[in-house]
Amino acid sequence: MTSDKGQMTKDHPPFLAHQFDTPEQQFRAGKLGMWLFLCTEILMFSGLFCAYAVYRHNHPEVFVRAAEFLNWKLGALNTVVLICSSLTMAWAVHSAHCNQQRRLKVMLGLTLFLAFGFLGVKAIEYHDKWKHHLLPGVRFKPELDHAASSTGVSPVPPAGETSGDRQPISKLPEIGVSPRWPAQPRKDGEGQAAQKAGPWNGPAPGKVPEGLAEFAPRHAPGPAKLPSYTHIFFGIYFVMTGLHGLHVLAGMVVICWLLSRARRGDFSSAYYAPVDLVGLYWHFVDIVWIYLFPLLYLVR
Amino acid sequence: MASNTPAPLPAGGSGMGEERRPGSYAQAAPAESYLSSPVGLRSWLLTLDHKRIALLYMLTVMAAFAVGGAMAMVIRAYLLVPKKDMGGADAYNQFFTLHGTIMIFLFVIPGMPGIFGNFVLPLMLGAKDLAFPRLNLLSWYLYVAGSLLAVLSIAVGGVDTGWTFYTPYSTTTAMTGVVPMVLGAFIIGMSSILTGVNFIATIHMLRPPQMTWFKMPLFLWAIYATSLIQVLATPVLGITLLLLTVERVFGIGIFDSRLGGDPVLFQHFFWFYSHPAVYIMILPAMGVISELISVFSRKHIFGYHFIAYSSVAIALVGFLVWGHHMFTSGQSKFLGMLFSLLSFAVAIPSAVKTFNWLATLYKGSIGLQTPMCYALSFIFNFGIGGLTGLFLATLPVDIHCHDTYFVVAHFHYVIMGGTVFALLGALHYWWPKMFGRMYDEFWGRIAFFIVFVGFNLTFFPQFILGTKGVPRRTYNYLPEYRFYHTESSIGAFLLGTGLCIVAVYLLHSLFRGRRAPANPWGAATLEWQCPSPPPTHNFERPPPVGDPYDFSGLEYDRASGGFVMKAAENRATDEHR
Repeated sequence: MTSDKGQMTKDHPPFLAHQFDTPEQQFRAGKLGMWLFLCTEILMFSGLFCAYAVYRHNHPEVFVRAAEFLNWKLGALNTVVLICSSLTMAWAVHSAHCNQQRRLKVMLGLTLFLAFGFLGVKAIEYHDKWKHHLLPGVRFKPELDHAASSTGVSPVPPAGETSGDRQPISKLPEIGVSPRWPAQPRKDGEGQAAQKAGPWNGPAPGKVPEGLAEFAPRHAPGPAKLPSYTHIFFGIYFVMTGLHGLHVLAGMVVICWLLSRARRGDFSSAYYAPVDLVGLYWHFVDIVWIYLFPLLYLVR
Repeated sequence: MASNTPAPLPAGGSGMGEERRPGSYAQAAPAESYLSSPVGLRSWLLTLDHKRIALLYMLTVMAAFAVGGAMAMVIRAYLLVPKKDMGGADAYNQFFTLHGTIMIFLFVIPGMPGIFGNFVLPLMLGAKDLAFPRLNLLSWYLYVAGSLLAVLSIAVGGVDTGWTFYTPYSTTTAMTGVVPMVLGAFIIGMSSILTGVNFIATIHMLRPPQMTWFKMPLFLWAIYATSLIQVLATPVLGITLLLLTVERVFGIGIFDSRLGGDPVLFQHFFWFYSHPAVYIMILPAMGVISELISVFSRKHIFGYHFIAYSSVAIALVGFLVWGHHMFTSGQSKFLGMLFSLLSFAVAIPSAVKTFNWLATLYKGSIGLQTPMCYALSFIFNFGIGGLTGLFLATLPVDIHCHDTYFVVAHFHYVIMGGTVFALLGALHYWWPKMFGRMYDEFWGRIAFFIVFVGFNLTFFPQFILGTKGVPRRTYNYLPEYRFYHTESSIGAFLLGTGLCIVAVYLLHSLFRGRRAPANPWGAATLEWQCPSPPPTHNFERPPPVGDPYDFSGLEYDRASGGFVMKAAENRATDEHR
């Protein structure tokens, strides 16, 4: 076995850390460590999937309606982009394994490029949400006439549905703190009124509890009505895709580091563990998106 | 080169044979060890040596203990006498929040794994270091960063939610310290996860070939089970704290019922981590006790396999019982019954351990050195704490005792009477190995006695207060409970005094303590096969692996003041060459 460095001895190659006896042991330990770390990541995302399950079970109509605001074509594009980046990453690992230095660098670069594309598409989507005030929680103020959706048509409630508990959400009740940090102190009296309503299931159909007058249906011709609590969907959407996006970003940083090490000639068929382990991480990031996409975009 | 007169000051590299000459061990200069070389602050702050990282953890964890302990003293000062005036409630709430958060996230959870896991684990495996030394250093830095951020919360507005951060109060309170404290805990959680990954990989990969799973010391089984929990449970805390932060900052409404959210969901998420977290706190402690009981009875541990399996059983079943913190939260009765049943089940492995320890003591040759004092009192304290946990797991009893002082007494008996006592035992047990010095046994026992009496005086009356219905987290109380509260406060001050005495004589031993031999206690685990303190690379060559609880191969050597391998002095000196 030879390497670019040329000073590898059979007994103690330069990349072998002193606590390990053989390179194989080091590689296997690294793999175990990375898989354990990925387990922790799965558990972290599973908290969010659990929240998704709870709220979708409690408010199924919210999810169906709100998902219409998401452009499934862009989501599908992102899915393809990320799967391709997984392909190029796996190819990069294979190249390192086969000692193909140039191909390794090209594949790492392509992976970076595709990841950048993914984030770009996400940025377009987020910008669209921002423009139409489809933001989580108290900032949720949908302007439905201009909302972009895949069909280009404003979501309209299906025929036959009464307006029951569906009222336009023009303004959510003021919670005790404005959604900024540092928080503003609660104003007297407001908290009380809002708390009395205690809506675990939303306001009763046709009846507006006191203190929630702003929820009463307006008589002016308004845009199509959305179910109350539609903002929940967007809260979940932003937290899930946001956390995933942060992981993509972190992965890109690490791949840049790999690229710089590859350019230095650190990797060879004898030592390519970092590439392999980062590849594992990248595949995990891809898998999370593959779950996110149908759960968020393909709700029907 | 060994000279005939012992060098008066540590000269470094002066030869390691001197400490074994008759009568000379008290004066001998130490050889180079991980403490003495390399020198300089940078070499400590950028170290990759697991032993140095363990000491870094010790410094910061003990500092956290001191701060959390100070908060406790403030709390007990508040409660010394009932007050006529009604002032000071807000400040009191901040004190108990700080006390809880600091003690749990900055002291107990990182403490045992960070200090003793780091120091002892590679040594017990005969290895040179952990599997991922750089990750280890990162873990420490994350711990420090998270701790600083959490403590910064005092300066930016304070937190008075209690360490449990229940919604909707924590998401709507005007106290602005919530976000830094919660994010600080999040970062410490990352430290915990990386430590767990490191330990699991090390135990899987760096065991010597002859050390099969069931030849490992029980402390390693305990650390392994702890790391499993750290890896599986802490991420859920992470996402919970993130969601709390996002809820506060962006108001997404996930825990706010007015926005369609569910505050009780927070409790489910929170306790899904925080219950396994208490097993992170107790499992390493139990591992230490297994070691101490066996060594200081000079007897093989009884029921090795049972103790090993019970560690893993506690880790796994511990994930299924979180609802026992929520019996009064409005969850369904059926769920309550299920959690109650499972909580009874999780007590069984702990009982298995306790009986095995008692069986080990039976007909053993018991020595009451300071570590053993702490170990024996652990069994007493943990017995009380664990059994009162069963009372709380009983649904109707919990309806009465939930959020009273009974709960406070219960968890202090298991965490303080259990884990902290075990930590003190471990500190005294491994002190000679870590620093090459023996502490003063007389003061050790005096301080132990004060700590033991103080601790029980503090918390036993709280059981009584709880059964009488006195609620927790209140800054004042009715005059009829004055006797118990005053007794409790006096006990707390006594406990604090005892702990201060411990700190004093331990620090004193660093400068004036008798130099320690390699194996002062006559233990058979591998960390005693290297010098005290060890050199940076731990072992010259991997030590021979045998039964970690077979003491028949050791005998006391008067010359060195410690134990050596029988009839094989050559084998012992191999490591010293």
